[in-house]
Amino acid sequence: MAVEIKLPTLLRVQADGQATVAVEGATVGEVFNTLVERYPGLRGNLLDDSGSLHKFVNVYKDDDDIRYLDGLDTKLADGDVLSILPAVAGGV
Amino acid sequence: MTSAFAQPTLRLTESQYATIVGSCYDGLPDEACGLLVGPLGGNGEPTGAVSEARPCRNADASAVTYTIDPRDMLGAMRAAEARGDEIVGVWHSHTHTEAYPSPTDVRQAVDPAWLYVIVSLRDQMPVLRSYRIRGGEIAEVGIELDRAPRTGIPTG
Repeated sequence: MAVEIKLPTLLRVQADGQATVAVEGATVGEVFNTLVERYPGLRGNLLDDSGSLHKFVNVYKDDDDIRYLDGLDTKLADGDVLSILPAVAGGV
Repeated sequence: MTSAFAQPTLRLTESQYATIVGSCYDGLPDEACGLLVGPLGGNGEPTGAVSEARPCRNADASAVTYTIDPRDMLGAMRAAEARGDEIVGVWHSHTHTEAYPSPTDVRQAVDPAWLYVIVSLRDQMPVLRSYRIRGGEIAEVGIELDRAPRTGIPTG
């Protein structure tokens, strides 16, 4: 499946400055594996040591958070857009 | 001594200032938060101009921590993309402490290019200050308020 991945400004430097990357894959996990093979600098930002989605990253497939779908096993269709969002937090 | 990265000056319209501070009061007793959308300069850094101040939900619903609701982050990213802008900063309120980044704020500052705005509601009047946070280092930046023209008839 041909999908588009939208990257936040913070991660674009790891992807040759691109804001959007076209990748093929049947699931989010497959697409991420392809993405980090192409741009190894993204691996530590997207995945933790066990290969799961990093807790400081949120991923949306179109309008749905993949954590409420099937996580990295979420199936993809042609034209899906994956948005990678940084977790933004703080406090006193 | 002013730090070398104590820039750019944050430029807000009165309306944006009201949106930011108003959202902080509206969020009480919890911390409030929001995202700043604006242009990047040729160097890839925020220019300090803000095209939109977007209040966001605090997913923590807490008086001592905030997390930008990811749904609102997605909305802000799409709005920025539609304008040809980027997300250039974040604001949040400190309900009972000063308008200065806490150790938590510094540790969790996600993007070194962003402007970090903190609104303190500790005192009678709100205090809004803006910072860059990079590599654990904090630098305060200036703020310019773009005031709308006053057209009232002078008295006396």
